Amino acid sequence: MSQQILAEIERRQMKENVPDFDVGDTVRVGVRVVEGNRERVQEFEGVVIRKRGSGINENFTVRRIASHGIGVERTFLVHAPRLDSIQLVRRGKVRRARLFYLRGLTGKAARIKERR
Amino acid sequence: MIEGLLGRKIGMTQTFDPTGRVIPVTVIEVGPCVVTQIRTTERDGYDAVQVGYQEAKAKSLTKPEQGHLRGAGRLLRHLREFGADNVADHNVGDVLTVEIFQAGQRVDVIGTSKGRGFQGVVKRHGFGGGPRTHGQSDRQRAPGSIGAGTDPGHLWKNTRMAGRMGNRRVTAQNLTVVEIIPERNLMLVRGSVPGANNGLIMVRRSVKGS
Repeated sequence: MSQQILAEIERRQMKENVPDFDVGDTVRVGVRVVEGNRERVQEFEGVVIRKRGSGINENFTVRRIASHGIGVERTFLVHAPRLDSIQLVRRGKVRRARLFYLRGLTGKAARIKERR
Repeated sequence: MIEGLLGRKIGMTQTFDPTGRVIPVTVIEVGPCVVTQIRTTERDGYDAVQVGYQEAKAKSLTKPEQGHLRGAGRLLRHLREFGADNVADHNVGDVLTVEIFQAGQRVDVIGTSKGRGFQGVVKRHGFGGGPRTHGQSDRQRAPGSIGAGTDPGHLWKNTRMAGRMGNRRVTAQNLTVVEIIPERNLMLVRGSVPGANNGLIMVRRSVKGS
């Protein structure tokens, strides 16, 4: 009973249309950024290397190679109000749930095969 | 107005504040509570309102308990007393709900902490334990010295030692009420609250003030 009440409270704040994406996919995430009193959407595109949690706490980590070949990872809560959108760019074919091995790879070796 | 009510801890989750930051919350079912008795200075020497929480079957209450609850017209499992601004505002049989609280208000939450059983001094009192190297044996979680020698010749009272831990009354003070959901008798409070899920809890307006 208690767990049902908790699930219900979480559900009130959860987004309904979350695209179905998985580890290995490339996604473009729109993040709402507040600059002074202006709000704009900033995009962050990269490979999903981890998904974890459930309910309101469901989150995922996106890794992208920024300028100068420096890897940048950001973790987002799927249901956070600051998260504007998630767009699936490309599906990836991977054989594990956590792609931490990508951190040790660069260039051609860090590519992921496309799933179709 | 009564100062507090009885409730039940539902569990923890998280919500977002208006700026989109995550806040940890505990969900508490508060009330509905029924006033079962009024304590007055003339008769009892102090002022308080006794309330009951959670409907019970007749067979789980003793005859004296049932008799006591006759005025309230309901059989209730838990009874507690709370102070009130003016006890004359309350009558036996009145039903009080979460709506006596407001979002943004500060409250104290009183519960019974989870029982930990017989625990050593490291877990129970946060002692550092002994050295792990330099030829030590059986000293890693030992308490060390527990007192002086011939003078005073005895152990001081209340010296911290191993023993039963938890399962005692704990008050979490000055918690912010994040939200009130009157339709479901629920209250969301920022932070954690003592005790296990489904445990009986008292919520009262904060002693330290809003």
